[in-house]
Order: sequence, then C-alpha cells, then structure tokens
Amino acid sequence: MLTPILIVVAIGLVAAAMLTLASKVFFVPVDETFAELRAELPGANCGACGYAGCDDYANAMAEDRSLSCSKCPVGGADVAAKLAEILGVEAGSADREVAVVMCYGTDSATKKIMEYEGVKTCVAAKQFFGGLSACPHGCIGLGDCEFACPYNAIKVIDGVAQVDRNACVGCGLCAKACPNSVIRISTEKNKNIVQCRSIEKGGVTRKACTNGCIGCKKCESVCKFDSVHVENNLAFIDPEKCKNCGMCSKVCPTGAIVNMRKPPVKKAAPAKPAAAEAPKAAESPKTETPAPPAS
Amino acid sequence: MVGIITIIMSMVLVNNYVLAQFLGICPFLGVSKKLDSAFGMGVAVVFVMVLATAATWPIMQVLNSFEIGYLQTVVFILIIAALVQLVEMMLKKYIPSLHKALGVYLPLITTNCAVLGVCISNIDANYNYIESLFNAFGAGLGFLLAMVLFAGVRQKIEGGKGVPEAFKGVPITLITAAMLSMGFMGFSGLFQ
Repeated sequence: MLTPILIVVAIGLVAAAMLTLASKVFFVPVDETFAELRAELPGANCGACGYAGCDDYANAMAEDRSLSCSKCPVGGADVAAKLAEILGVEAGSADREVAVVMCYGTDSATKKIMEYEGVKTCVAAKQFFGGLSACPHGCIGLGDCEFACPYNAIKVIDGVAQVDRNACVGCGLCAKACPNSVIRISTEKNKNIVQCRSIEKGGVTRKACTNGCIGCKKCESVCKFDSVHVENNLAFIDPEKCKNCGMCSKVCPTGAIVNMRKPPVKKAAPAKPAAAEAPKAAESPKTETPAPPAS
Repeated sequence: MVGIITIIMSMVLVNNYVLAQFLGICPFLGVSKKLDSAFGMGVAVVFVMVLATAATWPIMQVLNSFEIGYLQTVVFILIIAALVQLVEMMLKKYIPSLHKALGVYLPLITTNCAVLGVCISNIDANYNYIESLFNAFGAGLGFLLAMVLFAGVRQKIEGGKGVPEAFKGVPITLITAAMLSMGFMGFSGLFQ
C-alpha cells in the first residue's frame, strides 16, 4: 500500500532535485538592458513591431543597439523615447498608425449573391466559393476583424468593417485576420483614403457596388501634389506625397475616396442609416474640412 | 544485429508512428508548414524519444520488481516532462540558436503522445534495453521522415495555384496526409 506512494514521491523528488540543480548549472544570465527595455514596453504582445511579442522585441533591441526603438505602435512616441533613453540613442519619430478598411460596401451599396448559412466567419465564407458579397474584393462583413481586435476599435457596422481611429493602436491583428486583405495599416496623419480595392473595370465594379472606385481618374487630375494615381482601375494615394487637401474626396463621383476629417457623405447612397457615420464622426467633431493648403 | 536493423526499418517504414499508427498527429499537422522547422521538430523528437526510453525502461524494471506496473502511465509522464524540461535548459545554455528555432515546440514535446507511445510499446513488446533504445530511435526517425515529407509537399501545395478554392487550407492538408499515409501502406508486410 505504501510502496507505490513512496516510489512515485521519490521519483518526483529526484526529478525536482535534478531540475533545480540543472537550473543552477545551466543558468543563463538575463541581460539587464533587456529587463529594463521589457519593463517599458506595453506588454500587449500584439506583434505589430514585427517580432514575436514584447519579449522578443526587447531582446532584439538589447542585442542590436542600432535597431529602431520606435517600432512599437501601441506605446507610440512616449515608449520610444523611454526605450531610446535606456539604449542611449536618438528616438526616431513613430508616426501613429491605424488600421484602414479599404472597402465601403455597405448593405445599401452592394448586394449579397447568396443566402449564406454556413459558419459565421469571414474565413469560412471566403472558402465557400469566395464569399457572399457581390464584390469578391471587398469586406465580407462577418466580423473576423472585430473578434481579432483586443481594443474594440473595429466593428462591422452596416455590413462593412469600420475603424474607430481614436481607439485603434495599429497593431495589425485585424489585417492578419481578414481573409480578403481588405484591411491595411497606415499612418494616422493620412486622412484621405481610397475605400475600395476592386481592380475590376469601372462597369463591373459599379454593378457590384455603388461605392466602389470605377477608375475615372478625376482624382488623379485634380490632385495638385501628384499623389493620386489610378492603376488597374483603382485609385492609389501615395501617403508620402499626400497633403490632406481633400480635393480627391470632393471630386470622387462614387464616394470611394473618403476624407476622414469629416463624416463621409456617400453621394451614391443617399439613404443610409446615421449609425454608419458614428465612428468616423468621432474622429473629429468638426464638420468643416480645413481649407486646402494654397499651392 | 539483424534484429536491430529490422526493428529500426520496421519503425521507420512499416509501423511509422504518424502515418501508420496515428500517434503524434498534432505536431505533424501543426509544425509542418515550413521545411526547416519541421526538420528541427523531428530531430528534437528523435532526441527526446531516445532519452525518454533510456530513462523509462530502467524505471519500469523498478516498478515491475515492486509489482506496481499499473503506475506506468503517471510515472512515464512525470519522467518525460522532467526530461524535456532538462533538455530545454541545456539547449538554452549551450545551443541558443536551436533553442530559438524550436521555440514553443520543444515544451510541446512533453505532451506528444508519440513519445509516451514509444516508451509504453517498448515495455509491451518485451524489448531488452538495447532493442528499446533502437526502437525509440527508429520511431523518431520515422517521425522525422514523415514530418519532412509532409512539410515538403505542403510547401509545394501552398506555393502553387492548383488547389481549388474550396479545398484551400485545412482540407487539402488533411487530404495530403491521407495520401501520404496510403503511400506508406505499400510498405506493410515488408518485415514479419
């Protein structure tokens, strides 16, 4: 009766003693710089810096001092400055980054091509003949991004994902979760955004969604800074050159280019619930676009 | 000598743990996306299997001498877990690059049923100590072979465009595993 208990206890004790001894013998000293750096990082472990979690990023910085200490979008400039202080280097500028949804195919603008009754995730829907939306490039709208976001910053409203730019930290988890690659991470200072990624010809896009970019090139000709270009029937705004004047969003006939400074008014879809505008309106209480900078 | 070679070959080809006996499927599906990490995982499993057998076989003799063989499972799990922990510490100290490459999969070997499976099957088959060690080595090699083959196929499939939309992802992975397993059926009857 007692023997089995004693034997198992003995084996456990031997194993414990062996491991304790081993942890002393094989002790690897932890870099002090690493511990300090790690303490400053927010610990969100989101991986937006490109490393596998905060530990990994702190480790990489401690080993290679030339590494940029401003890669953490969650901590932003404050954390970057503290990290730089520990490492004794200059802090680079960390532009705040936010997620951008490159689709505005709301329920009123686009159609569903099937009565989808499968698992209610975008990944599952996408695998089932490419999804339920009329536009194969757009937001599927079943909210994989919403589930992925730990900050409650992205929500599916009116059938399309929308980002609360104040709550978003730019970690990129939603972009990874999106099976259609509709979400990308961009600097927060760029206010004019092409909310479409359909590369189909204008007519095809128009048929699928009234909010899509039809590649008419009006934005390209109106831009004074040579920042908007239409390629593959889709407008692209160069974030480096854009001065946020908002001309492109004004001339866009379908409302595919949206100015985040003011609540989007979709010309093609007049009857739209006010709820859709709410998160974007929160971005700035001002309804007036600031005057475009004179050239 | 012939007996040992037979044991190894039969574990690698005929009784392959993953493809013929359905043990260790979790890392087989989970870590087989990239060829190099699959190879690293395979090598780590070979190492741990041999080490675990080296430790559990003598312990089993102790248990048998006290006639408490029914404690086999709990004692084996305890020993394997402690061993993996020890291996992790040693790797961290002496081969940090390998430790980093294996990452979380090293602790995961603790709960790999193929490792426990080989320890128990050694006892069940009444192998002596040397035979047990080679049996574990063969089982590890078989795991390594399956991992490398599967990872190679998967890399080709995911890079190519031949997969129909509805089969992408998990379905084609499982179909691949099934076909690989069918391929290994061809080896059955090679050794008696």
